[in-house]
Amino acid sequence: MSKAFNTFTNGLVRENPTFGLVLGMCPTLATTTSAVNGMSMGLATMFVLVCSNVVISLLRNLIPDKVHIPAYIVVIASFVTMVQLLMQAYVPAIYETLGLFIPLIVVNCIVLGRAEAFAAKNNVGLSLLDGLGMGLGFTISLTVLGAVRELLGTGSFFGMTVYPDNYGMLIFVLAPGAFIALAFLMALVNKLRR
Amino acid sequence: MKRLESNLTNMLLSLTLVTLAAAALLGGLYVMTKEPIDLQKKQKQEAAITSVLPAVEGMTIAEPEQVDGLTLHKAYKDGEWIATAVETEENGFGGKFKVMIGFDKSGNVVNYEVLEHQETPGLGDKMTFWFKNADKQGQNILGSNPATRQFVVSKDGGEVDAITAATISSRAFLKAVNHAYNTIAAAPVEAATGASQQVKTDTIACDTLVVEP
Amino acid sequence: MNKLIVAPAPHVHSGDSVRRNMLLVIVALLPAYIMSVVTFGWGALITACISIAACVLFEWLIAKYILKTKPTIGDCSAILTGLLLAFNLPSNLPWWIVVIGALVAIAVGKMSFGGLGQNPFNPALVGRVFLLISFPVQMTTWPLPQGFNGSYVDAATGATPLAAMKQIVKNGNTDLVSQLPDLWDLFIGWMGGSLGEVCALALLVGGVFLICMRVITWHIPVSILATMALFACIGCPEGISAGQYVAYSLLTGGAMLGAFFMATDYVTSPMTGWGKIIFGIGIGLIVMVIRTWGAYPEGMSFAILIMNAVTPLLNMYIRPKRFGEKKK
Repeated sequence: MSKAFNTFTNGLVRENPTFGLVLGMCPTLATTTSAVNGMSMGLATMFVLVCSNVVISLLRNLIPDKVHIPAYIVVIASFVTMVQLLMQAYVPAIYETLGLFIPLIVVNCIVLGRAEAFAAKNNVGLSLLDGLGMGLGFTISLTVLGAVRELLGTGSFFGMTVYPDNYGMLIFVLAPGAFIALAFLMALVNKLRR
Repeated sequence: MKRLESNLTNMLLSLTLVTLAAAALLGGLYVMTKEPIDLQKKQKQEAAITSVLPAVEGMTIAEPEQVDGLTLHKAYKDGEWIATAVETEENGFGGKFKVMIGFDKSGNVVNYEVLEHQETPGLGDKMTFWFKNADKQGQNILGSNPATRQFVVSKDGGEVDAITAATISSRAFLKAVNHAYNTIAAAPVEAATGASQQVKTDTIACDTLVVEP
Repeated sequence: MNKLIVAPAPHVHSGDSVRRNMLLVIVALLPAYIMSVVTFGWGALITACISIAACVLFEWLIAKYILKTKPTIGDCSAILTGLLLAFNLPSNLPWWIVVIGALVAIAVGKMSFGGLGQNPFNPALVGRVFLLISFPVQMTTWPLPQGFNGSYVDAATGATPLAAMKQIVKNGNTDLVSQLPDLWDLFIGWMGGSLGEVCALALLVGGVFLICMRVITWHIPVSILATMALFACIGCPEGISAGQYVAYSLLTGGAMLGAFFMATDYVTSPMTGWGKIIFGIGIGLIVMVIRTWGAYPEGMSFAILIMNAVTPLLNMYIRPKRFGEKKK
């Protein structure tokens, strides 16, 4: 039981994808212009991560070593395409803001990374927990980063106005602000973890 | 269970199976979601068109036509042309942007809607509402006409106030509006459409005449 | 570099210190500051006071409570950063934006790298560029010269000569040539612009003073201004004479301020003569490229920051000769 618990919390704190492993920086920096965008990206990645971890763990003994990467990529790409189609069909507003970055989940290091490092070596239950933990860690990080950027950049929090937006620092909505905010958050997280 | 050995048969078999399963799954999902996705796209397009045209009961919108690289959506009421929504593209500050502009019969701008843009947040992206601010006539272009009012930013000697600190985006936007207007004005939409409409009904009438006896 | 004579102890202290150099730079900035107070009135006084006070306060707070080291405000570098930041801001900027700029300059630009001597980028420019991107409307609304006639908050504003030049260069709008202020006004600084960048004469006096006092060397300012002049000479648009265009290029915007005071910052510029010259040429080129083809009318702060990033590379490839090494 404690192993399962450890597997789950591993992605939340110790090996948090964003602040610990520093993986998947492209969507992290690009999509966190607001808390909702960050959260949606995190949830989409989490869905892919959980599904691919489970499927790859199931297939891990049926796929010969020499072709495991192409096989994993096919599995991951299928789930990403599923997310893309489903989002386009049922939540078009979010699909529009995340647009380009949904297909890019395929090349998000964290997904293939977990498939290689965890799902290929562990059973289905643990892989599921690992996917959940990692996905949740990713989602939380992206939501926090998005919330900070949204608050500083436009003066709102999850779309609710906190202070008038002409006091907001636009740079935080743009790319350079993403780097600044991420750097300071990472410093803070590392300080707290110590 | 031991992992399968990496020999040719195993590799071919496992890759084929994985790919086939993925293809089947995605194919099914594609068919399933095709309808809602198309519906979404169509609704979005229609919403954009109707929002820039005058609110008229029982208005029908003709199939889009391409003129000079622009897409025109003409609106009719009882077979008579009343307004046109023009979809146009222009190079802004941060890249191409798309805007849908509605013109009424006399060429006045009814409304506009920016469909896609990459303008700077807080500056150029104000174009989505800046030029339809009814409180500030200096920057409001709704209800006026490029033929009677110079649709050029006041900095360049025109009669429209540019977005504060975003002159380039403002220039590009007004260029798009002028382009759209000129396209409509150059191809005399009103007369031509009226005529073709007329001809069409005539032909149909003839056809009916021929067929019926 | 042939002034460097290494001898065994005892050594006599030359009296050179961080504090002395900072104070000399501040003294050199004073004429330009006095001229900007004459030009922009209350706004120049208020903005500079807020900026300096905020920079010193933030440096003290961060050193004491976050880094937990001995506060370094005694070396006057925070005062200089504050003054330079104010020089790069329009004088009618709301006070809270100035405070944010000071916070970013000190916290992001300087202290997060470890304080004076560790920062890869010029802190005052980090603050300015942060504000320029964050508050583009306020940061590009320039007050017109008005002395003490206008108040701080609602001073009369207008386009700067640089904006007019941009029109001429980019759109070939030659009608605007006649609207440019005359060269003498530009030289003494009677034009709109950032607080401290307007008076070329005072900046020149300060810059020459610094070179004479050996606080800075001639390499960076001369190479920046010469590159800009050459570029302007070659790339002169139609409807304006080359000489005029060169003069306008050098006298408007942040050219003088940047060349003498911002680019020459010890920490963020290369160490050797040739390194400095390459550094200066890079800045001159980038400024003119931004002014000619870029979206912003002025590119001095971007150019200096970009070349700041190149500085470690220049220091690596163009090293001072090792002691005892023979000339090749």
